[in-house]
Amino acid sequence: MARIRGIVTIEQERCKGCGVCVEACPGRVLELAFEVNGKGYHYAKMANPDACTGCTSCALVCPDSCITVYRQKDSDD
Amino acid sequence: MAAREVARTPENKVYSKPRLLTDAVMHFCPGCSHGTIHKLIAEVIDEMGMEHEAIGISPVGCGVLAYDYIDIDWVEAAHGRAAAVGTAIKRLNPSKLVFTYQGDGDLAAIGTGETIHACNRGENITIIYINNAIYGMTGGQMAPTTLLGQRTATTPQGRDAAQHGYPFKVGDMLAQLDGVCYVTRQSVHTPASVRRAKKALRKAFENSMQQKGLSFVEFVSTCSSGWKMTPVEANRWLADQMLPVYPLGDIKG
Amino acid sequence: MEEIRLMKGNEVIAEAAVRCGCDGYFGYPITPQSEILETLSAMRPWETTGMVVVQAESEVAAINMAYGGASCGKRVMVSSSSPGISLMCEGLSYLAGAELPCLVVNVSRGGPGLGTIQPSQADYFQAVKGGGHGDYHLIVLAPSSVQEMYDFVAWGFDLAFRYRNPVMILSDGVIGQMMEKVVLTAPQARWSDEQIAEMWGSWAVTGKPASRSRNIITSVELDPLRQERFNHKLTEKYRTICEREARCEMVGCEDADYVIVAYGSSARISQKVVELAAEEGVKVGLLRPITLYPFPEREIERLSHRVKGFLSVEMSMGQMIEDVKLASRCRVSVHHFGRTGGVIHTPTEVYEALKSNFLQK
Repeated sequence: MARIRGIVTIEQERCKGCGVCVEACPGRVLELAFEVNGKGYHYAKMANPDACTGCTSCALVCPDSCITVYRQKDSDD
Repeated sequence: MAAREVARTPENKVYSKPRLLTDAVMHFCPGCSHGTIHKLIAEVIDEMGMEHEAIGISPVGCGVLAYDYIDIDWVEAAHGRAAAVGTAIKRLNPSKLVFTYQGDGDLAAIGTGETIHACNRGENITIIYINNAIYGMTGGQMAPTTLLGQRTATTPQGRDAAQHGYPFKVGDMLAQLDGVCYVTRQSVHTPASVRRAKKALRKAFENSMQQKGLSFVEFVSTCSSGWKMTPVEANRWLADQMLPVYPLGDIKG
Repeated sequence: MEEIRLMKGNEVIAEAAVRCGCDGYFGYPITPQSEILETLSAMRPWETTGMVVVQAESEVAAINMAYGGASCGKRVMVSSSSPGISLMCEGLSYLAGAELPCLVVNVSRGGPGLGTIQPSQADYFQAVKGGGHGDYHLIVLAPSSVQEMYDFVAWGFDLAFRYRNPVMILSDGVIGQMMEKVVLTAPQARWSDEQIAEMWGSWAVTGKPASRSRNIITSVELDPLRQERFNHKLTEKYRTICEREARCEMVGCEDADYVIVAYGSSARISQKVVELAAEEGVKVGLLRPITLYPFPEREIERLSHRVKGFLSVEMSMGQMIEDVKLASRCRVSVHHFGRTGGVIHTPTEVYEALKSNFLQK
């Protein structure tokens, strides 16, 4: 059976650490980093990448457009 | 066997910053709805192929610098006057996509007159209206849209109807006017609401290009700084407190 | 293609707008200038030249419509009378701050407040010294005949675009309501977006073509140093305007002992005073500022070395007199005379005032 997997790239320096992406992610893939970026924000990062399906929910709600989403369909062969 | 990491290739890319958003980091506070709404505007203009035809009118308030973020021609209007400015721009350039972007202080307080009359004349423009129930830029004072009981810098004990009147439901009022073809109330606090809002925005812009009259797209929005909440709390407060007063969905058209 | 007609001052403004290729007019009825909007509505230029005419819901809306039209590089105008111009002052400040060309016609009436619908020249300070907030100036033209009402529309648009600054025609109820012979010039076509860009630069908001980056019309600058630089730039522009554009008409000033300084309808009245004085052997000249900003300072300064006094004649309690005093460097005495509140002075009254101020002391 085909499996859809995703991955996101988060522009760390543009992220303001608002956390709405973390909340919006149905797979609990994201979390706010303990570390801060140059502006002092706890930026979002992938904490559980295996659970990402590339559904784009995080990117849709991101006010700063700092999330890029990639999705790939793996076949069973 | 552990699957290989998803390749970050153009074929696999399903979502990224819209092409018409500039690289400028927005001045908005973390989690502010403005950023998400800016993004939708940039996406819809691009998807409609209107980059070279679009003229935006930015307000006074937090949205004032919209022209720094969306890569189209812009005019920054005096406080509340965007609909009058847009009237002339569209009348003089009927083939352009003309829209205003205004907050609830700009549109629902100081600019009520210009808004109502542009609507009543049926100008072929779209008004994008950000309702976050507070004055964001000036530091969290009461807006006409502030909820009863809501605490702000000028309603420290909460908005009292006897003293301050009632939350202003602008969209419902404007829907009564013959010149208005479409009134919808949207939000961007969840992925599903963002998807619906984008469709509504596109419909509004298409109405403007088809000369159907004025389209009014209200966004029930958050102001986590003004509300003194985290962005995530603000999204919940929006769902729990704002939406019962300002229910989402099409009001007209 | 010239045409000669008997027309009212207000009607002529409308006729001039259409004939010079104006793109848009935005107005709101107010006495004594409502004929401008009425004439345009009867002319229906939207069916001929494509000129847009909108009756706005207020003067506030009208001036902001003009701001929108001007942002697109279009030749747009508004008209009103004193209380309405007060409402427009916010918009005038924004137009100046965003460096937008626009023509504003004030057919002024008496104030303050709702005042009177009769003619007055009490809006001089508002027109010349500001009105709106911030460091800015309007270019102010003062017609004294129906012909000048006509001519100054095209001239005003030219100045507005040349300097990217709002221009005001400061008229009054006398000139607006008066009928005179007027020579109408041949109609000119409206400019295309391409012509505007070629003639005046591609600053206008037209929908960003692939050939340029986005244009932004704005008057906001949050960085104080940049705002200060902008204020210096504006001031430099005003200096250029003052050097190049001041205009006045002088009648009998060459050997005059006393010079009346008067503009608009007061200048017409004062012309008769020059004749009355000559009959009695008193040498009186008339200096008529045609531009109120820039003020014809140099001519007054030059005369101040020679004449015995100036009489500033205005239908107000004395506003322009301040500029006459400044321009004459207070070398000689400067007096004011004017009826106000909608009362129009007679030549005899002006002459008597001149005599009582200068000759009977």
